[in-house]
Amino acid sequence: MSELTHDIELSLLLEAIFRRYHYDFRGYSMASVKRRVHQAKEHFRCPTISSLQDRVLHDPSVLPKLLSYLTVQVSDLFRDPAYFRALRELVIPHLKTYPSLKVWVAGCSTGEELYSLAILFREEGLEERTMFYGTDINPDALQQADAGVYSLNRIPQFTENHRRAGGKSSLSDYYTANYGAAVFDKSLRQRAVFSDHSLVSDEVFAEVQLVSCRNVLIYFDLEIQNRALGLFQDSLVRKGFLGLGAKESLRYSQYAESFVELSREERLYQKRGGA
Amino acid sequence: MISSRSTSLPATKNARAAAIAIGVSSGAVRALSEILPLLPRHFPLPVLIVVHLPPGEKSALVDCFEGKCQIAIREAEDKDPIVDGTIYFAPPDYHLLVEADRRLSLSSEEPVLFSRPSIDVLFESAADVYGAALIGIILTGASNDGAGGLKAIVAAGGTALVQRPDLAQASEMPQAALDACPNALVLTLPQIANYLQQTVA
Repeated sequence: MSELTHDIELSLLLEAIFRRYHYDFRGYSMASVKRRVHQAKEHFRCPTISSLQDRVLHDPSVLPKLLSYLTVQVSDLFRDPAYFRALRELVIPHLKTYPSLKVWVAGCSTGEELYSLAILFREEGLEERTMFYGTDINPDALQQADAGVYSLNRIPQFTENHRRAGGKSSLSDYYTANYGAAVFDKSLRQRAVFSDHSLVSDEVFAEVQLVSCRNVLIYFDLEIQNRALGLFQDSLVRKGFLGLGAKESLRYSQYAESFVELSREERLYQKRGGA
Repeated sequence: MISSRSTSLPATKNARAAAIAIGVSSGAVRALSEILPLLPRHFPLPVLIVVHLPPGEKSALVDCFEGKCQIAIREAEDKDPIVDGTIYFAPPDYHLLVEADRRLSLSSEEPVLFSRPSIDVLFESAADVYGAALIGIILTGASNDGAGGLKAIVAAGGTALVQRPDLAQASEMPQAALDACPNALVLTLPQIANYLQQTVA
């Protein structure tokens, strides 16, 4: 019985957040949302989800913190090095044939993925002709992404990932150490735009050659996954490229037939060339 | 190796069981080798398993058990529908969860008790969906992970099995589970295998 009450409260909370603040978590994978709402409830010392709902409806200042619970910000520079190696080997040669390029990192969180791509593109001589778009719904994450500052203790992992991704330069060329922080070179984001965009409710905003969206779709139910994949399909040029997370696929989506599998292992897809 | 003792256990109360969730850490391969190969062909339940694994490496679990088991084995992928008679391993570096529509979902939220995948995360979400129809099993491991999850399974009316700590390669995890769920059935590995066979017989 109490389970049922809990589920009612959860869906009312998400409805309240949507109607009051236009952040739409109603189509997220609920098992994980439930966990994170529970953690938020503990953090705000609210005895019930209903009381958390009361709080967030009447006190907008709790929203940023609540958003930080509801959106998952976990990434590394060159996370899953094999993915970047596959990009280098299978996708970059195609991209080199375009005079100008646009890359969309959808759900860019705090920017690690975008900086990884910027470094990769610089190593491959493509950076000058590329615009990078990093989008996310979390304003705090976007701000951190734009700052490009990461804790120095993450650098050994970043460096190892970069090496395993087939890095052709030294990662230390791209940041300066400063009071326990690694500040990434401003030139890396000279051609990057970080902006607010929701895969749940916003539309296509550019025509791009590559979409990289990793470990974002896992937080969506199948309906919202389809919506996001529809945006990617509409954004991509003919024969454009799509990269997903290691355990994500197009298998359960309505777009499985719209793409060719370029690397099954690394979840790289190419949009079909047809009409 | 496998003893054929047929201890009479109160197994039949689980005629309505709909899923099995297993959590295991150090000593996992040896412990699972005494259970998974004994699940018969046409085993009518899904088996969801979290094994603590080091991140950043491919898991060898599917390869390791594929030839030895009579039912299907796979590493879980996002939104896989949960199919009866299939063993699902959580992939390294992701939490594994059960959705209300009986699909699996993955998450790269922070590790819980230093673990991703976390046994607690799987057990709590599975308890939420399967309620009394879930059998949760904690095997060998040097961690406290799984104790909270097993408690959630019991609270939802499900069945808790714990490997006998004194016979486990690492006793800490089953002991912690037992401390959290004093009424759990405490069994040897062959008894657990036997219990699962009887449950669905």
